[in-house]
Amino acid sequence: MPARSPYLPYLLIAPSILFLAVFFLWPFAQTVVMAFTVDGQTSTGNFARMAADLNFWPAMGNTFALVIVVVPLQVALALTMAVMIQKMTTGRDIVLWIWTIPLGISDLAAGLAWLAILSNNGYFNTVLFHLGIISGPTGWLSYETPLTLFFAVVVAEVWRATALVFVILVAGLQLIPKEYAEAAEVFGASPWQRFRHVTLPLLKPSLQSALILRTVLAFEVFAVAYALGGRNIPILVGEAYTWMNANQNTGVAAAYAGVVLLVSLASTIVWLRVIRVRREHLP
Amino acid sequence: MRTNLRRLLPAALLGGAAMLAGGGAIAQDTVFLSTQLRPVEEATKMRQIILRDAPGRVTYVVDEPAPMTTRMQAELQGGSRTVSVVGAAHGELLPLMDFDGLEPVGDLAARLADRGIPAPLMESAKLGKDAPRYIPWMQATYIMVADKRALAHLPAGADVNALTYAQLAQWGRNLQERTGRRLIGFPGGPTGLMNRFFQGFLYPSYTGGLVTTFRSAEAEAMWADFKALWATVNPSSTSYNFMQEPLMGEEVWVAFDHVARVIEALRTAPDRFVTFPAPAGPKGRGYMAVVAGLGIVKGAPNRAGAEALIEYMTRPATQVRVAAEFGFFPVVKAQLPADLAPGVKLAAEGVDKTQTARDALVSLLPIGLGARGGEFNKVFIDTFTRIVIRNEPIRAVLDAEAQNLRAIMTATNAPCWAPDPASTGACPVN
Repeated sequence: MPARSPYLPYLLIAPSILFLAVFFLWPFAQTVVMAFTVDGQTSTGNFARMAADLNFWPAMGNTFALVIVVVPLQVALALTMAVMIQKMTTGRDIVLWIWTIPLGISDLAAGLAWLAILSNNGYFNTVLFHLGIISGPTGWLSYETPLTLFFAVVVAEVWRATALVFVILVAGLQLIPKEYAEAAEVFGASPWQRFRHVTLPLLKPSLQSALILRTVLAFEVFAVAYALGGRNIPILVGEAYTWMNANQNTGVAAAYAGVVLLVSLASTIVWLRVIRVRREHLP
Repeated sequence: MRTNLRRLLPAALLGGAAMLAGGGAIAQDTVFLSTQLRPVEEATKMRQIILRDAPGRVTYVVDEPAPMTTRMQAELQGGSRTVSVVGAAHGELLPLMDFDGLEPVGDLAARLADRGIPAPLMESAKLGKDAPRYIPWMQATYIMVADKRALAHLPAGADVNALTYAQLAQWGRNLQERTGRRLIGFPGGPTGLMNRFFQGFLYPSYTGGLVTTFRSAEAEAMWADFKALWATVNPSSTSYNFMQEPLMGEEVWVAFDHVARVIEALRTAPDRFVTFPAPAGPKGRGYMAVVAGLGIVKGAPNRAGAEALIEYMTRPATQVRVAAEFGFFPVVKAQLPADLAPGVKLAAEGVDKTQTARDALVSLLPIGLGARGGEFNKVFIDTFTRIVIRNEPIRAVLDAEAQNLRAIMTATNAPCWAPDPASTGACPVN
């Protein structure tokens, strides 16, 4: 076997580094510059405008509320699903396949699908109408019904993105050697005790990745809320989009992008701290 | 950076298409980039029906207004031009002048003088320069559409073709009392054109102006009236982008929108609907004229092809066909055929009644705002949201938003446009 060059690893990761530099670091630097530029002058004016805008605090509130409600729901659901599928012997692959279908659907398509269900003349209202619960088209997604609108976005987000957490947790569960659970069983641990004291601690690394990924993506929620609520439920990325596209003000849009970035970074640090993975927990 | 990606993707695809078109083998192609007639069905009709008989080979590509501007600027700066003709609304062509992106077309305009394009349209096509920078292409306006069943609930003595805002409000109340539903609709969704309702219809009708009268006492009374009217408006209105869907779905019986955004409803069920002008206020029946134009891109790769294409698009026969297919009406002297499809005929009637109303008060799309046009629209949508949706006090909102409006006018130094009286320097917010 020829001797391996010490540079080989660097050579191999070079394309991805280059890719990240060109398509992430460079636009990122540009965004920061844009956020701090008003009419060619360095200024914090964009942030002042953003904070004074009528939609900023509602967008902040809605985005955080969505993250706080959606992420725990998704993790709990995904954990349940992952543990259930571990116990299955026949049909496991089919169920796994069906549960991961939403992964392949674009978020806008998911939003539009739920819009078709929940709109005034949608499937949901049709069912309610035939059951005699409502007497005509009933709005669930208008500014007059902020709670049902919020709930609709939560349902659509849970439906759309739980699969991502699920896939990570299934992979994590498969890494845990069966011997631990068997040993615990020998010592008389109940199923709940085994889950709580064996599975869950050993699943920590996967949980951490899943939580970081899901939280960051949840802060970036956009297409689903946009499709279902439009202007009725302002969210941070939606506002960035509006400032960029409709208002044609790249500075304020960049300021919004900066806020989303900061919030995402902060959430990552929080998860890294809260769920410390010790070496002995690595399966 | 998702937002950037979304914005750039169409441009990238377009770039691909345009590069194909610019390839050596088919160098005679004229690339026609349009922000109008963008939906797939419309673009397909444009390619297969309208442009089929165009001189030379024409590649029709579409893009949204903001990316179109970005792309034009990038092509000009990058030096590799693919697009020769750009077709867009007047207000969308204006930002191109920020970087002098359109060729003067005075010669072409002189050659097309016999087409009978109205002088005011040619005048505004100058975009503030000496020679016209585009040739008017097609026009439209905003109309009201009502389901015929709603007519029975009109207030006593009201003529649907000469409504006032007070009568519209009463109509909405009647409808709500008698059907239990709020049946008036406005296109207040994220891509709806409700901002134009405020700018070209409501404000001029009540205050006789727009920018100058933004925070006037008349405007205060106007918002109070509109808030009262809103109580009978379908709350889904803040989600409607095109009113044709809620009209067809019977979610609303009375709607206001751009004629091109209700045409599908009129086409599908011409017997179900009537069209009529927007209501009048104390100062007249405000309406906004919408004109799209065809410009030749600075340093166009195929100038001859571009001129031939524009000549073709302004032929009366082409204009009539465009009217029949899309519901955009001729800017040249052309007789609409008697056998026009009933839906298009309805739309044409609505446009005609609006333009010829005795108390008609025409207003133009904002002029001279460049890229600030977006923030200009935002002032009106925000004012509406704060007063009507979030119940903030009218006077305080008008004073606060007047500052935003003033900042835009000062930054752009845009002079007043109709119906505001002419100004020297930036249009003042009194």
